[in-house]
Amino acid sequence: MSNTGIGARVARLEDQRFITGAGKYTDDVNVAGQTYAAFARSEHAHATVKSVDSKAALAVPGVIAVFTGADLEKDAIGPLPAGWMIHSKDGSPMNAPGHPCLVQGKARYVGDPVAVVIGESLAAARAGAEALAIDYDVHEAVTDPAKARSSATQLHDSAPKNTCYEWELGDKAATAAAFKSAKHVTKLSLSNNRLVPNPMEPRSALGNYDAGTDSFTLYTTSQNPHVARLVMSAFLNVAPEHKLRVIAPDVGGGFGSKIYVYPEEVVCTWASKKVGRPIKWTADRTEAFITDAHGRDHVTNAEIAMDERGKILGLKVHTTANLGGYPSLFATCVPTYLYATLLSGQYDIPAIYAEVDAVYTNTVPVDAYRGAGRPEATFLVERIVEIASREMGIDPATFRKRNFIKKFPHQTPVIMNYDAGDYAASLNKACELIDYKGFGKRRREAARRGKLRGIGFSCYIEACGIAPSAAVGSLGAGVGLWESAEVRVNPTGNVEILTGSHSHGQGHETTFAQLVSDRLGIGIDQVTIVHGDTDKVQFGMGTYGSRSGAVGMTAISKALDKVEAKAKKIAAHLLEASESDIEFKDGAFSVSGTDKKVTFPEVSLNAYVAHKFPSDEIEPGLKEGAFHDPSNFTFPAGCHICEIEIDPETGVCEIADWVAVDDFGNVINPMIVEGQVHGGIAQGVGQALMEGVSYDSSGQLMTGSFMDYCMPRADNLPSFKVDTTVTPCPSNPLGIKGCGEAGAIASPPAVINAITDAIGHENITMPATPQVVWQAARQGAARAAE
Amino acid sequence: MPKVTMTVNGKAASADVEPRTLLVDFLRQHLRLTGTHVGCDTSQCGACVVHVNGRAIKACTSLAVQWDGASVTTIEGLASGDALHPMQEAFREHHGLQCGFCTPGMIMAAVDLVNRHGGVPDEATIRRELEGNMCRCTGYHNIVKAIGAGASAMQGSGKVAAE
Repeated sequence: MSNTGIGARVARLEDQRFITGAGKYTDDVNVAGQTYAAFARSEHAHATVKSVDSKAALAVPGVIAVFTGADLEKDAIGPLPAGWMIHSKDGSPMNAPGHPCLVQGKARYVGDPVAVVIGESLAAARAGAEALAIDYDVHEAVTDPAKARSSATQLHDSAPKNTCYEWELGDKAATAAAFKSAKHVTKLSLSNNRLVPNPMEPRSALGNYDAGTDSFTLYTTSQNPHVARLVMSAFLNVAPEHKLRVIAPDVGGGFGSKIYVYPEEVVCTWASKKVGRPIKWTADRTEAFITDAHGRDHVTNAEIAMDERGKILGLKVHTTANLGGYPSLFATCVPTYLYATLLSGQYDIPAIYAEVDAVYTNTVPVDAYRGAGRPEATFLVERIVEIASREMGIDPATFRKRNFIKKFPHQTPVIMNYDAGDYAASLNKACELIDYKGFGKRRREAARRGKLRGIGFSCYIEACGIAPSAAVGSLGAGVGLWESAEVRVNPTGNVEILTGSHSHGQGHETTFAQLVSDRLGIGIDQVTIVHGDTDKVQFGMGTYGSRSGAVGMTAISKALDKVEAKAKKIAAHLLEASESDIEFKDGAFSVSGTDKKVTFPEVSLNAYVAHKFPSDEIEPGLKEGAFHDPSNFTFPAGCHICEIEIDPETGVCEIADWVAVDDFGNVINPMIVEGQVHGGIAQGVGQALMEGVSYDSSGQLMTGSFMDYCMPRADNLPSFKVDTTVTPCPSNPLGIKGCGEAGAIASPPAVINAITDAIGHENITMPATPQVVWQAARQGAARAAE
Repeated sequence: MPKVTMTVNGKAASADVEPRTLLVDFLRQHLRLTGTHVGCDTSQCGACVVHVNGRAIKACTSLAVQWDGASVTTIEGLASGDALHPMQEAFREHHGLQCGFCTPGMIMAAVDLVNRHGGVPDEATIRRELEGNMCRCTGYHNIVKAIGAGASAMQGSGKVAAE
């Protein structure tokens, strides 16, 4: 096969524009007559907006208009909806109040947009927003999820006890019975720290109404422009779908935060018709901190039961999940079907019972952030398994192996049916790569230098692809989660692929072209990937949940099957042979057993010239489409091992070594996959050691900039040793499982297990800053001295 | 409004600007050189790094009027025609970018880093020097690799401090 096909380590095609400054991100787009929006945001975490006086704002030179929630209400522009229905254990539907795009009544977090000012310049719009006189009636705020249900503060009238739902999964009685027969029970209380996704490109929107066609165009930073259009059309009443074009051009990272529809793009689009001018808004970083959906934020108590040999018998979990001020688009499924369904980890656990209470607090809405639910599940499982092995005096690798699922398919007690895997293979390979046997020697050597060295395992599993549609529908999803593709072969034999997946760093322009190159025997430079424009691509579900390979590329593969089948028919006519005798290999159709052949471009040209085949039998042209709805989730899994060295004098942790052995099934481009792993690990290390959102009791965000919220820098991280094992995914023809989230899922428990191993003390909160580690190390040392 | 005149990527550029106009806004809004990005408002992220008179600065924390008469190189001016700068080539070759948003600032900072240190800096030096440039995609692994390779290539091509 060509050297640009599946499995080839090809440099990325899209890089040319990014390394020369020719990328086109939303804020780089400018249109004639453009105006600027500035949002006036609630400075209070919980307050009734009594009035908005815009007189002074309108007097600011260059201010064109001011709009508030009342204006949206007048035009029946609906609130942002929750897109996934969860039922409580008593059968009642969740309490999911909508989020008005501009406050109508109460503001529920600092940053909730109250009004928008449109100006001739950004400076004018901002001056106008400053000049608005907003009168608030300030209420007490509640920010701590653990206190939300008992708080006297009520965010929403329709959500008593600030509760969205009280949900359960698993068999309560069977789990209780498992605990009764246990020889050892390990308990763990933890909080999974709240994070800010912080893609480097801040969100941006440019709304433009065209009176001539009575239609809107929105440029926006979206991971799924078709879903944005659907929501804005079907739920928000901004415009009918055929009158709204959404374009997500180059997008500078998403990590989940750019899945959702946000108030700003709705308002810029809607208001562009009101003012008759295009309107641009771009978040500054502070706005990103107080408006981009945050991630994680769980408070959890768990218990795990073992027999005398350390075989796991049961797992019990109670989690309180913080949803923030409103239920964001997919927020309600994150702590339920993306979390508790993965609580079996890589282990054969006969009985699991999980309860999740989702609560509202006066904080920024929380939604899916890289991994979404699965990092929270993995952190819990891999921490409690590690502690259990330590308590029982069993080597942590041995303990894990003893409990690994070994036969597939495997039905867990929490919905998921794992299709393929070899967990011992990745653990063994990781142990070899890090030289697990030599760890004792390294620990002693570190001790001689006055350092505490620890080793931490994390054997994670995730459910990716986020499909099939019927399955997610039965669990409450408001949408189907298939993907679409169209293959357009041009008469000269080059190819355009239109895909519903969206690339915002993943390198689809290269990997998707590699698939086409592999299948059609043409170079990747003969392939263009078209994505991110609702006027070009008919529909698509977008990119999240590591689904573009497993679901998006499978749709392309199916469309390529159809192209190949039709091309074969045409080739048979060109070669004057029977279709059944035609073989397609290395870009040429040949008659088997002869040297008669035609190339793919020759067939393409003939498909359009249409001289040499009967048009009543074969339609001219060569263009095929496909929708792919998978039959199962995919289950990437693997083992990460972290070695850490701690200076007990300062609590500073240095990651001394990192090994990742992942099973992503088949890999299209190893270079790109490794890059995904590196980036994921860095985000997980950020969660473990540096990143954490902090609110004060009044609901002010204390970590609202890169000065206060610690992002991982180059010198916080080592170079990583990354390798793979392969069990092809059985539920798609390409055998792909997905790789986008694995690093972020695997890494936090690896880090914390290493730290707790080093200091001999389990009570560590994330982020494990030097102060946290120093205190815990002193407690560990004191306990050791007892 | 004061008039500023600079040489930007080898060409004369001039505009009347409000005194408070930042260099990055002058480049992005007035000259439509949108390769230089803005990723934060506290001078932390480095997406806006450009070279002024041969030194890397953060264009988001500097006024356009400060640089009247200066020579500015942005990411758009780093290549010589179709021939990429060795550091640009190294970022592509070693997959030192994913979403591409931090990349212009990274590359400009990397070229400056090599110019200041000379030779091929070791991994620890590269990591320390990147303190002012954030990337959320790559985990820095391949950026560090790319800068090392780019530094080697710059020695070979005589590109060090040759702007």
